[in-house]
Amino acid sequence: MKLKMHVNGREVTGEAEGRTLLSAFLRDGLGLTGTHIGCDTSQCGACTVHVNGRQVKSCTMFAIEADGAEVTTIEGMENADGSLSVLQQAFQDHHGLQCGFCTPGMVMAAAALLREIPQPTEAQIRAHLDGNICRCTGYHNIVKAILAASGQPVAMAAE
Amino acid sequence: MYNFDFVRPATVDEALAALADEDAQPLSGGQTLIPTMKQRLNAPSALVSLLGIEALKGVKTSDGTIEIGAATTHADVAAQATGYPALAALAGGIGDPAVRNRGTIGGSLANNDPAACYPAAVLASGATVVTSGREIAADDFFDGMFTTALEQGEIITAVKFPVPQAAAYMKFEQPASRFALCGVFVAKYAEGVRVAVTGASEDGVFRWSEAEAALSATFSASALEGLSLSAEGMMTDLHGTAEYRAHLVKVLTGRAVASAS
Repeated sequence: MKLKMHVNGREVTGEAEGRTLLSAFLRDGLGLTGTHIGCDTSQCGACTVHVNGRQVKSCTMFAIEADGAEVTTIEGMENADGSLSVLQQAFQDHHGLQCGFCTPGMVMAAAALLREIPQPTEAQIRAHLDGNICRCTGYHNIVKAILAASGQPVAMAAE
Repeated sequence: MYNFDFVRPATVDEALAALADEDAQPLSGGQTLIPTMKQRLNAPSALVSLLGIEALKGVKTSDGTIEIGAATTHADVAAQATGYPALAALAGGIGDPAVRNRGTIGGSLANNDPAACYPAAVLASGATVVTSGREIAADDFFDGMFTTALEQGEIITAVKFPVPQAAAYMKFEQPASRFALCGVFVAKYAEGVRVAVTGASEDGVFRWSEAEAALSATFSASALEGLSLSAEGMMTDLHGTAEYRAHLVKVLTGRAVASAS
C-alpha cells in the first residue's frame, strides 16, 4: 500500500505492507533511526513518537494508520539551526541519560507532557513516564531534566 | 507477524461488510491485538480499522446518561467524560499515556481481558453496550475470560452509562504491566449500590453481591466489616495468590466507598 504522511514537517511517501509497524517504517523506510525499538512489546517506550501531536508507541501502531498524519520523531526535536532544543539540552545538562537507548522515547514523552502541563509537578512527571523504561539512570536525573526544561527548580523530594 | 489485508472503512456499514469474511477481524486501538499478532497468536486475513469511522468517536452527555463512542480513546474519555468523574479517572489510569492515546473503550470491552479496567466500570454502572445490531445490558455482556456476548461480525458502536450519585474505582496495579492485579468499581444509584471486580476472578469481571447488599443498606466502608470473599475461583499467578486477591477485593471495595464522590 502507498502511504503519505508529514514526518518532522516534511512530506514523505512510501510503501508499506499491512503489517508494517510505524516504528519499522520510520527506521527502515525513512532511515530515521533515532526512534529506537527496545522491547517491541509496547512496554519500554523507546519507540515513542508523536502522531498528530499525541505520544504513541510506534511499535504498536501500523504505519498505514499514520497515513495522512503529522508525525514527529526525535529527529524533529532540534532547533531549526540544528542546536539542541531546551528539553534536549536539559537532558544533557542534568545527566538525564547514560547509555542513551531510552532517551529518544523519554524526550518525546516529556515533550508531550510539557505541551499538556507546562509546569508539571515531580509526581506528574513520574506518573507521565509510566510507560518509558530506563535501566541506567534510576530516573532521578530524567525527572530533574524535565523540571529544568519547564523552568522550575530541580530540588526533588524523592532524593 | 503474518501479513494481512488492511481495510479502512469510513462508515459502520462498510466495516460490517468487510467483517462478513469470518477470517477478518476488527482493529480498534490495537494495544492488545497488535502484540498478540506479533506473537503469532492471531492471524486474521484482514484487519478492519474502526478508527477512521467518525461516528464511533466522542462523548455525549444528556440527562443523566453519558454515551461514549466505541472508538473513543482512553485519553479522550479521561478528558471529556467530566460528567462522570469516576469513569474519567478510570480512563486516565489505564496503562500509560501512550497506550491511552491509542486504546479505546470499545476495544477494551470486546477483548474483555480479565484484568482490564473498563469492564468493572461498565458492570458496576449497569451500562448498556450498543452494538451494530442491538443493545446489550452489562449483566448480559461479559461471558468469562476474553469472552463476550458479541457475535461474529458484530461490533460495539457505543456504551451508555447512567451517571451514579457517587462512584469510585480503586485498583492495585501490577507494577510492570499496569493492568489491575485487582480493581473494584463501586457505583451508588437511587435503586442501590453496584460493586464490580476486575483482575481477580478466573471468570473475568464479576459483581460482589454481598457487598452490594451491605452497601445498599449503609453506604460506608464499615458496612463491609463482617464480609469476606472466598478465594475459590480467584486467579493465582506469579503476582499474587487467590487468597491475596480475595483479600484485596475487600480492601479496595472499602477504599472505593471511602473515596466515592
